[in-house]
Amino acid sequence: MEFLLNRYRNLTALLVVVVAQLLLIAYQVKTSKDVPLLRLWAVTAVTPVERILEVVRRNTWGFVEDYFVLINTRSQNDKLRKEIGQLKLDNQYLRTELSTADRARALSVFQTQSPSKTLAARIIGNGTGANSKVVFVDRGSGSGVESGMAVVTPDGIVGKVVAAYPTAALVLLITDVNFGAGVISQKNRVHGTLKGQGHDGTVLVDYIQNEEKIETGEWFYTSGDDRIFPKGFPVGQVTAVRSGRNLKEIYVTPSGFQGGLEEVLIVLESVHQAIPDVEISTPGIKLIPPPPDSQENPASSQTSGLLTTDADRLKEQYKQVGEAQHHAYGQNPYTSTPPDFSKLPGLRETPAVTKPVPVVSEGPATEAVVKPKAKPALEEPVPPRSPTVLPRPKPTIPLLITDPTDADPNEPTVAAPPRREPKLDEFGQPKLPRKP
Amino acid sequence: MNDYSERLLADSSRRKDKSRFRPLILIVVPLIAILFQVYVPRFFPFLSYLELPLLITMHFALTRREPISSLLYGAAIGLLQDSLSNQKIGMYGIVKTLVGYFAASVGMRFDTENPILTFILGFFFYSFHQFFYWVLTRALLGQLVNFDLQQTLLFGVLNAAVALPLFRLLDKLKVTPHT
Repeated sequence: MEFLLNRYRNLTALLVVVVAQLLLIAYQVKTSKDVPLLRLWAVTAVTPVERILEVVRRNTWGFVEDYFVLINTRSQNDKLRKEIGQLKLDNQYLRTELSTADRARALSVFQTQSPSKTLAARIIGNGTGANSKVVFVDRGSGSGVESGMAVVTPDGIVGKVVAAYPTAALVLLITDVNFGAGVISQKNRVHGTLKGQGHDGTVLVDYIQNEEKIETGEWFYTSGDDRIFPKGFPVGQVTAVRSGRNLKEIYVTPSGFQGGLEEVLIVLESVHQAIPDVEISTPGIKLIPPPPDSQENPASSQTSGLLTTDADRLKEQYKQVGEAQHHAYGQNPYTSTPPDFSKLPGLRETPAVTKPVPVVSEGPATEAVVKPKAKPALEEPVPPRSPTVLPRPKPTIPLLITDPTDADPNEPTVAAPPRREPKLDEFGQPKLPRKP
Repeated sequence: MNDYSERLLADSSRRKDKSRFRPLILIVVPLIAILFQVYVPRFFPFLSYLELPLLITMHFALTRREPISSLLYGAAIGLLQDSLSNQKIGMYGIVKTLVGYFAASVGMRFDTENPILTFILGFFFYSFHQFFYWVLTRALLGQLVNFDLQQTLLFGVLNAAVALPLFRLLDKLKVTPHT
């Protein structure tokens, strides 16, 4: 036996170990029980190391992972930046296209509204020369363009054609030092001569006496004196006014360049227009308002026109009152009774004092009306009276309001008599007249 | 018997040349192998085919060339592996006991430092391990588990390929005898 064990020692050991494990498995299967001790030892031995590995992994591999994620983020960031750049370019391109379309639409509308016959042209290049402000347009003598024609945009005048070629024309801009055009101020109708200064910023209005009244922000229009530009085209807004030795120095920002100079209109047949009354306040692409004294449809211009001044609004109120009383203006017999304007809405009942003055002259341009003292009541509702609020003093002097934009500045206007201030004594009380 | 077969078969002098490992290495290396098996496939599932405890058992048995110690070493590794599984304890133990015993027997007869023989032994013992485990599962536990021969052969090749550099690495941990 001992010999056999020594001879087959290895095989015996194998059998013992295998049989032992077989018995262990058989025990587990038979009893459906586990060997918790072995598992406990194994788990106790392995899991702490596993936990350490996990901590190490989180702190190292997580960092490495974040690093690679950041590498991807960087590449993604670069990619997104490229996309944003491309989108910006696309956006800029589309904006330019939209702006071009807006300008083209504005030109088209302007062409239909303007009484002058115009021809749309596109600026295709600049002229050579250090200080010259000339551009080439893509319309020439083949399109009917001739030298001396005015070049405008809906915003204002741009220049004049100085040379016409078969396929192109050379336009001298108003900013060129050799440019000159007759202009007129909007408020006081002061005539002057527009001169370029050689740069795009401002132009100069010359030959206006120091005594003339020109205000900053006032608009200048073409006067039509130069036989190039028809009357009534906007030139620009006054940015600075200085008094010189004899003549004023008036600097005007040209309005024709505000929307960018790409498309222009060449005036083939010029028709003079009236100087518009409405001030152009918004820069950019805009249309000249239709002339108020349009001969085609005067009624619509009176009713649907912009009521921008107090006189316009008051006139509209009087007209409504007359129509409510079936009074047709200009068609009633001489002996008919005038409408009762004392029932003007919002007007306080002061008929004895605020009697309307008869019309001074015929026509809408010189129509004069009496403006009652209760003018604010027309715009703002009168708050309910309270016992502590004193009634407003009744007007004693009728105030004559004339539409300043329609009136001729050379005509003498009816002015109110100067109001005498009462003399006060040393106590601030009005002095009583001394008895003779 | 030609030269090549002589080189494959270990001579009697080498048969007595038993490699030794430090006790710490004998504990840490299988522990690392088991940790690798239970931890790394969480993040790299394709590495789950690696049976590192089996390769460690093989290497120990092939280099130690002592059947008893090898079968005990294999049994210990197998039981540890069983303890961390949801199977009955002893399944891997029996299989690795047999692997350890047979690998030590082979190591006494062949020159296990030959890479071709290492590759063949790796492939063979992996296939044997999987097949015998499947037999035990069906026979002892009565579980109807399919044996995927194609997958077993493929993974056997992969494990054998991994065994070559792994055995080289483990050879450096051996204590070289002075005699």
